Amino acid sequence: MKKIEAIIKPFKLDEVKESLGQLGITGMTVSEIKGFGRQKGHREIYRGAEYQVDFVPKIKLDIVVSADMVEKVITTIVESAGTGQIGDGKIFVSSVENAIRIRTGESGKEAI
Amino acid sequence: MKKFLSLFVSVCLLISISVIGAAAADPDPAGIRTGGAADVIGATPNAPTADDLKTMGTSEPLAAKLADVVGHNRIAINMVWTLVCGFLVMFMQAGFALAETGFTRAKNAGHTMGMNFMVYAIGMLGYWICGFAIQMGGVGGVATLGGATGLNSEFVVHLFGKDFGLFGMKGFFLSGSSYDAVIFTVFLFQMVFMDTTATIPTGTLAERWTFKSFLVYAFFISMFTYPLYANWVWGGGWLSQLGKNFGLGHGMLDFAGSSVVHMTGGVAALAGGIIIGPRLGKYKKDGTPNAMPGHHIPMALAGVFILAFGWFGFNAGSSLAGGDMRIGVVAVNTMLASAAGAVSSMIYMWVYYEKPDISMIANGFLAGLVAITAPCAFVNSVSAVIIGLIAGVILCMSVFFVERKLKIDDPVGAISVHGVNGAWGVLALGLFADGTYGDGLNGVSNTVKGLFYGDFSQFAAQIVGVATNVVFVFSIMYVFFKVLNKVIPLRVSEEIEKDGLDQAEVAVSAYPEFPITPSIYS
Repeated sequence: MKKIEAIIKPFKLDEVKESLGQLGITGMTVSEIKGFGRQKGHREIYRGAEYQVDFVPKIKLDIVVSADMVEKVITTIVESAGTGQIGDGKIFVSSVENAIRIRTGESGKEAI
Repeated sequence: MKKFLSLFVSVCLLISISVIGAAAADPDPAGIRTGGAADVIGATPNAPTADDLKTMGTSEPLAAKLADVVGHNRIAINMVWTLVCGFLVMFMQAGFALAETGFTRAKNAGHTMGMNFMVYAIGMLGYWICGFAIQMGGVGGVATLGGATGLNSEFVVHLFGKDFGLFGMKGFFLSGSSYDAVIFTVFLFQMVFMDTTATIPTGTLAERWTFKSFLVYAFFISMFTYPLYANWVWGGGWLSQLGKNFGLGHGMLDFAGSSVVHMTGGVAALAGGIIIGPRLGKYKKDGTPNAMPGHHIPMALAGVFILAFGWFGFNAGSSLAGGDMRIGVVAVNTMLASAAGAVSSMIYMWVYYEKPDISMIANGFLAGLVAITAPCAFVNSVSAVIIGLIAGVILCMSVFFVERKLKIDDPVGAISVHGVNGAWGVLALGLFADGTYGDGLNGVSNTVKGLFYGDFSQFAAQIVGVATNVVFVFSIMYVFFKVLNKVIPLRVSEEIEKDGLDQAEVAVSAYPEFPITPSIYS
């Protein structure tokens, strides 16, 4: 089992969710986050004075899938979340030891 | 020493003091006796004269009785107009509250709202105690309302053989001879104007002002500062008599309060802003300003619209007469100037700062309103637009001057909107008044003409009015804030300022269910 953490632009969430749904992904966890990358935030202007916005709002998706799905999921996210502009986000993949469904006590693949 | 003594004695001989008063009718608490046949005289070019009424009494008794009813109704229309406009101006408090709160940060929203709320309550009581009496106690009657003759006692200093009215002395606690329907009406209308002044500095000093010292301030400005200057312009005081005494136009004129209301508030805000100092993090180490964005721009803009709505009452209501049809011109001039102020400030920001910053445009819109407030009744529509266009540009330049050169932190731009453009409005009257209105104002015959229409002396009177406002209001408020700061510190502790003033100062968090993320700069 693998966990895919994808940090994307907030307005891309619907598109990514749709595409992953078509792929057969049955669940995901979403959080509102803030952060910066290589551009180090951006500058805005208010009443004639510039100010730095260090942390830019983003959406983070957590999806756990079986190992054989990982490539497909990544391709789908890259296609649906990408705009070609700076700030499109990042995807991190890590291994997951186990998963348990609380209601039934099932574990492993069946619990995803 | 002897020289000084003789100088002192001779000055004392030159100055003498007296109380000027006129005969007063008995107070009329129920308003039954107010307004009658006498108020028909001169109401229209064809209205009956005093002689007509006398002869009619015997030849046409029914007509005479009807004239009495017509006169009563005339005054009643004026009173209803004055009251309804006063209600509109009262609603401007909501506009100020929303505008100021929207332009400040979320962690101080409860406190900023709280100041705007309590300034209404405290200011009103202070004004009831003595503010109204000082301002209007010597006005000697309000003709359009057919009464208020109980306000007949003005404290006067004689100087150079002329009378200088300084303050009124009737109407304390609205009691005794002031228990009168007309005087109560005048009180309501004047009180909501005073309250506009009192609430202006809460914007400049927002996000760091202790509630305790704010309360003392609210009493002080409503009881003394505002009423004194207002007496000089509107209560029959010395600025209004510059025309009669020294031949300066019609005396200093301010139709609805560019100076009396707005400039007084703006100059008081300037004094307070200097003493309280900038918010933590407002200026970088090199002295350049940081932006501290307001937390709720839609709220602020809704407030600005409410202000514009109330302004119709502010300006058109200042006729104190629904029967004075100039109110049509006044209302249109008012809206035109606001539009012009918004457009010129938008262009200014677009040209010099890349984008049409909507918070500055909102200020420009208000600047247009402030500037047209004094001249609204005396100018034509083209002048109103020009006055508004200039106001929007002055506003932008002033905001940046105050922030960058004077280093005074004014979160909502109140000093520039109300102080600077209040001065511009008063001067604009002296430039653009076109001679179509104002016959007989302040006891001077002929209509009001500005410099561009051939009367320099009116402009001179306006300059005296502006200079007096700056000197008087700034010195009294600077000293007041300085002393108050020693007794009750104006400024909250650094810790409270960082945490936000809501819980510490007014025991409410404006948005308890939302986490207030720490601002980058605080």
